[in-house]
Parts: sequence; structure tokens; C-alpha cells
Amino acid sequence: MDVSQYLEIFLDETNEHLQNLNTQILELESDPENMDNINEIFRAAHSLKGMAGTMGYKRMQNLTHDMENVFSEVRNGNIKVTPDMIDVLFQCLDALEEYKNNIQETSDEGTNDNENLIKALNDILNGGKSEAPAAKEETPAAAATAPAAESGAAGTEKWNDIAFDDSQVRVIKEAIKQGKNVYGINVVVQESCILKAARAFLVFKAVEEKGEIIVSVPSAQDVEDEKFDRDFTLIILSDYSLDDIIKAAESVSEIAQVTGAVLELEKTRNYHEEEEASESAAEEKKEAVAEVKTAEPKKEEKKPAAAAKAPEKKPANKPVVNRTVRVDIEKLDSLMNLVSELIIAKNSLVAASSNDQGNNSAFNEQIEYLENVTTNLHESVMKVRMVPIESVVVKFPRMIRDLSKKLDKKMELYMTGEETELDRTVVDEIGDPLMHLLRNSADHGLESAEVRAQRGKPEQGSIFLDAYQDGNNVVIEVRDDGNGIDVEAVKNKAIERNLVTTEQAANMPEKDIINLLFQPGFSTSDKVTDVSGRGVGLDVVKSKIESLSGEVEVKSKWGEGSTWTIRLPLTLAIIQALMVVVGGEKYAISLGSIQTIEDISPNDIKLVENKEVINLRGTVIPLIRLTKVLDVESTRAPEDNLIVVIVKKGDKMAGLVIDELIGQQEIVIKSLGKYIKQCKFISGATILGDGEVALILDANALL
Amino acid sequence: MEELSMKETLKAGDERKVEEDFFQYIVIRLGEEQYGIDIRYIDNIVRMQHITRVPKVPAYLKGVINLRGEVLPVMSLRIKMGLEADELTRATRIIILKQEQQGSVGIIVDEVKEVVTLGSSAIEKLSQNTAESKKSFITGVGKHNGELISLLDLNSITLEENA
Repeated sequence: MDVSQYLEIFLDETNEHLQNLNTQILELESDPENMDNINEIFRAAHSLKGMAGTMGYKRMQNLTHDMENVFSEVRNGNIKVTPDMIDVLFQCLDALEEYKNNIQETSDEGTNDNENLIKALNDILNGGKSEAPAAKEETPAAAATAPAAESGAAGTEKWNDIAFDDSQVRVIKEAIKQGKNVYGINVVVQESCILKAARAFLVFKAVEEKGEIIVSVPSAQDVEDEKFDRDFTLIILSDYSLDDIIKAAESVSEIAQVTGAVLELEKTRNYHEEEEASESAAEEKKEAVAEVKTAEPKKEEKKPAAAAKAPEKKPANKPVVNRTVRVDIEKLDSLMNLVSELIIAKNSLVAASSNDQGNNSAFNEQIEYLENVTTNLHESVMKVRMVPIESVVVKFPRMIRDLSKKLDKKMELYMTGEETELDRTVVDEIGDPLMHLLRNSADHGLESAEVRAQRGKPEQGSIFLDAYQDGNNVVIEVRDDGNGIDVEAVKNKAIERNLVTTEQAANMPEKDIINLLFQPGFSTSDKVTDVSGRGVGLDVVKSKIESLSGEVEVKSKWGEGSTWTIRLPLTLAIIQALMVVVGGEKYAISLGSIQTIEDISPNDIKLVENKEVINLRGTVIPLIRLTKVLDVESTRAPEDNLIVVIVKKGDKMAGLVIDELIGQQEIVIKSLGKYIKQCKFISGATILGDGEVALILDANALL
Repeated sequence: MEELSMKETLKAGDERKVEEDFFQYIVIRLGEEQYGIDIRYIDNIVRMQHITRVPKVPAYLKGVINLRGEVLPVMSLRIKMGLEADELTRATRIIILKQEQQGSVGIIVDEVKEVVTLGSSAIEKLSQNTAESKKSFITGVGKHNGELISLLDLNSITLEENA
């Protein structure tokens, strides 16, 4: 079968499943008893296995198969989740990731069999078997030693030895409530049988025609793989009588013996201890059948308590299925471009209509209508391109966990706002810078356990990743309660690296010194680890974020921790802007950075350090005369009041002095092209309704 | 002349072609002089329009214009070549040049006159190895109907002066 056409879907879904597994296993580590988790993991592993098998990736299939076995045993309560096991599972996920990457690049899974992992998984399986179900194995062992196993000995009520977990008990009780019969049967295969697994499979099949197998010991998978001795035990829900079931099982050839009884929950391991089981081991099968058959109605009493418990947990597991379509990002880009063109055309119409003043009110109405539609269209297209940052941050808890082990520091990552949405192109790019900051926090930020103890901090360090929307921006904060930035160390390093002179450094405010961290080739960590401290670092983070029209800031308090704040624009292509006139030229200022617009009398301007400032409601704000910045002559007389646009970047503010206000407008950002090496404070250009080009002022760069 | 014809034969021999190569040039006027621009590099010729000034750029960069929804930089050929600033007349045009690496760029010329076809025999290449040719924007001189047309070296014109 040619499966290449499904490759993309396969990769997408593999990604999802792997991510899902990562998350779930991480949760499982903190809550090893959570059945919902285990079920979810099992499902994901199972789907992965199926997909890999279909696509013909045998190695991937083998590995997932063994993982699935482990999960299945965990699910059946035969193995307990241990930290070692979690480690192995994570290694498996890494190996699967590697397969996936290989497939992505070469459409071949590669040749790594990961035998050690498979072995580790099998060890877990075997180890688990010998521990938990030890008691269970004892009974057949004891029975097998004495008499010839062929006839009577195996006819124990092994179903009573099965340790049901909560969910199974619930299913059984539910079934009883619905009037179904619950049987336990034990099937012994003839000693001479060669294809045990095949026989067993036929028994499964025959029985499944009559009812539903809810538990199988050993698991169906193990039975299929011939990982059983000579007998296996099934718990079956059925409308048929016990005899029918037993007959169905016996109809398969080479089956030595089938014993069965109606299951009595109170007789099983969950209710009774070993004595009960061993005692019942002596009983003869036919009698048992007869006896328990009569006992059947008794079961009715048991259900109410369980029935009340059952429904409450079930709905939690069903995620709401979203109906989605996967679309190539390029198609979206071209759609976005068309929307941009439409908005420019719309702006032209608006400009044209305002020229022939109010002659035609119907025309104006239609223009307004068009404006509405284009704005909504733009918003919808933007929304289509928006994805939650979850897809990026979801891998971080795992990363922190690994770092925690590697660095031997206790730490925990707390995340909020994963659902915050950003433009797809931004989300794709933001992963690396965030990862870098988190690694920084984990490695340099958090102190060693001793230092933390001295400072009276809890041993476990905390790293926070918070994302939220703030106006037209999305803010992502990476925060830790660690060491904070050692300003002196930064200063000395900067001098050492010749980034600043000693005198310069002495006069620098703390904030500027901290900002030196963003200089290329700066790393204060004395020891280079493979986690961070390779000297390529924060400058890359900074340039990456700036290439996304964002900015990054850091605040830090020595001994208490640091906060890295990344601020990103929601959209990259179309923004709301304030149009202003400076020296007869039109400029656009992004509305996102504007706080207020003030009318200031020239008398209110004060001089501080020979710089113009105004005192606005108690805040001293420096003035920036745009005419000077842009090399133009102001069209206003010096004694006139000034129009000041107050802009804000982080906690810095400034007042931009302009000549005239035009108004708010939706603008499409166009690049000035590579030819013009744009000055820092021009972030691009836009085309106005009359076809003229206006430049976009980057208020942030002016500050 | 003798030298030229030698070059001709050499070149013809190189390209294994017997016939002459012909090139089309657009002839423009800049002040009193005529210049030719290889037509293969020309994307468009538009009338003078409003140019939006961009601050903090070299003087020869006059700003940006809107060409059917695209923002394009425009430069003054006169200033770039060290002549006095442009006098805008009704004949003034902006020639949009296609550039592979830097995107398109417009240049302002006083007048667009005609399209001429020059055979390679009518083109005299300037020797490239003199020191002053580095600063020159001319690749050669073409003769057409008894007039001389300086052929512009577009690469050196559009190259940014940031060496």
C-alpha cells in the first residue's frame, strides 16, 4: 500500500500523541494512581502503535507495543508506577521523537532498534509480574506441583484471585445493575498444544460472540504473545448462561478444560485476602458452577453504592472534539495579503467619499458597511492564524523536569495562560527564546539547595511562565525565585569583555548594566554547562524577539529572583494606528503604544538636565520633539499649545510632540524594503487611502 | 578603432557567434547629457509622483513611493552622480529598476527619450582597471546616429555607499 500520502497526517498525529504522552506521563509522575491518566496514556500509546504499524514503521511499532504492554499492566493494576519506570518511559518518548524526526526528514524511521529501552520495558513488565501478582501465581504453582495439571488441579476459581481496580469493579457493578451476568472462567490449554496463542485467540473470539471480555489475566496482549503458562482467566459480561459460555470456549480444539462460575465480587481479592483464594482452590469445578449459579440473585444487593460512584468520573474523560481543517500556512498568508489589499482599496474609497462631501448619503452608508465588513474579515482571518501558545509551552514542564535531574536542583514550573493566542508565525518562533530563558532561570537563576536553605527559601525552586494579553500585545513572563542578577558580576564581566570602560560602568544605572546581558557574546556563568552558558544566549533571544517586532525586558532583585518580560504584538500585518502630521508629513503611530494625547502649554515645559520634560498628573515625562527627530520644520508657531502624544514602553514613558492629529486608522504594514536601511524608529510604511505612502513611527525605539 | 575591432573578433570568437549581439537601451536625459539604460533591467517607467521622504537616509535617497500597492524606494540619479538637485518638470519620470538582491528601486530622470538598439560594435567598453572607474557609473559609451550615449552601470548606481 502506498502510504506516502498519509505521511503528513501521520507526522501531525504522532506529534500530538507524543505531546499528549509527555504531558500525561508527567502528570502520572506526580499522581501515580490517577486512572484517567493511565487510560489516556494507554490510548495514546495504542493509537501510536496502530499508526506506526499501518505506515510500516516496524521499530516504532515495536517500541510503542512494549510501552503499551507496560501501560496495560499498570492499567490492570498489576504494576505500580515507579519513578524508574517514568524515566524509562520518558526515554522511550525521546526515542519515538527521534523516529519521528527521522521519518520527517527521510521518510524512513532509521535503524536504531532501541533494544535497551525495549529490554528495560520488558524488565518492568516482568518485575511487575513477580511482585504484585505474586500471590496469584502462587496458587496455580502450588496446584500445578501436586497433581497432574491436566485435569482437576487447574480448575481453581482463579477469577476470584484477580485484583480488580476501581474502574473494573465499577464496570462489573454497572453490568450487574443492567441485569447482565458476570462470569469468571478459567481456560486450560492441553499440554500438547503447540499454538497456545492461536487457541487462546480462538477462545477469546468464541467467547466474545457470547459476551464482552472485560478482564483477562494475563492480559489479552500477553496471551496473544504466548506469555502465559497453560491457562488464562477471563471475566465476561454476558446475557447468555454460563453453560453457553463454557460450551463456546470448549468448542475450540486442544482446550483441556474450561471452568467457570458467576463472579462474586465479595469473593475476589479486593474483598478478601489470600486465605479465601487458597481455600477456594480446593473446590471442584462443577459444584462451584452449581453453587454459584444459585447464588446469582444475591448480587443485586451490592450495586447501589457503586452505581452512585460510577457516573461522576466518566464525563471528565471525554474531550470535546473540535471539528478542524488543516490548512497550509501559505494559503493563509495569501489570504491575508488579499485582505490587506482590500483594506487599502477600502481606505481609498473612504478618502474619495470624504472629498465630495456628503453629496450622496447612500454612498457613504455603503462605504461604512464596507468598512465594517473589511474589519470583520480582517479579524476573522487574523483569528484563523491565531494559535494558543500552548503548542509551544506544553513541552516545557518535561524540559524542566529533565533539567531538574540533570542539574540536581529541585524545581517546579508553574504555567498560566497557555490558552493565550498569538499569530501562528510568532508562536512558531517564540519557542526557542522561551526555552532559553527557562534554561537560564533553571541553571543560573535558581540557587543550589544549600544557598536556598541559607536564604530561608523552600528547597524546591519555582519557575513561573505566565502569558496574558495586554491590549494589542501579548506578554509572556518568565520568572524565578532564585538568585537574581548579580549586577556587580555583570559589570565586571562587561569591563573584562571590553563592552564598557570602567568609568562608563561606574556611572551606569543598574538597569543599563543589566541590559548589558543582551550584548552579543556575554555570559556570566563561570562554568559552561551544556544547559546554558555557551555565550550565545540572551543576545540571540533579544534579536529573535525584536525580529518579531517584540521586546524583552528584565527586572531583577539580588537574592530574590528575576523576571523576564517578553512583549509581542498580536498581529504583524495590520494594526490600528494614530495618524499624525509632523512638519507637513504624515506619520502613523501604533495605537498599542499610545497612552493619552495631551494639550500642553509651552509654559508647562520644564528643563531637567537640559532636556525638556512635562509634569503630567504627578509624573515627569520627557518630551521628544518629532520635528527634530525627523529633521523637519514645525508648522506651528512656538507660542502655540503643543499636541503631545504620550507613549509608553514597559514602565518608560515619553511625550511625542506633533503638529497635527488626523485620527485613528487601520493600516497595513509594508516593509520599506532592503534597499533603505531604515533608521531605527521607522518600523515600516503604509499606503494611505489617497495612495500616498506614510511612514510608521516606532514609538518604542524613540524611548 | 583597430583595438576595438580586435575586441570584437575576440568576443565573437569567445561566444562562437558570427553575428553581432544587439542590445536595447532606453535613452534618458539627465541635464545636458544622454544616458542609456539596458532595457532588460527596467521594470516600469512611471510619471513623477509624490515621494514620501524617509528621514536619516543618504541625500540621494529621496524617499518611497507607492507602486500598485508596493512601497518602493526612489533615488535621485543626479545627486548620486554628483550633479545639482533635480528640477521637476512635466518630463520628469521615475524608472523602476528590477534588482535581484535588493528588490526594486526607482531612479529619477529628467526625461525619457527613446529606445535604441545598439550592436556590440557600436559600444565602446570602458576599461575597468583604472582607479577612477571605481567611482564611475558608466560601463561604456554607445554611438547612435552620431550622438554619444553613456551606458549606465546599474550595479554601481544601486550599490549602497557604505563601503
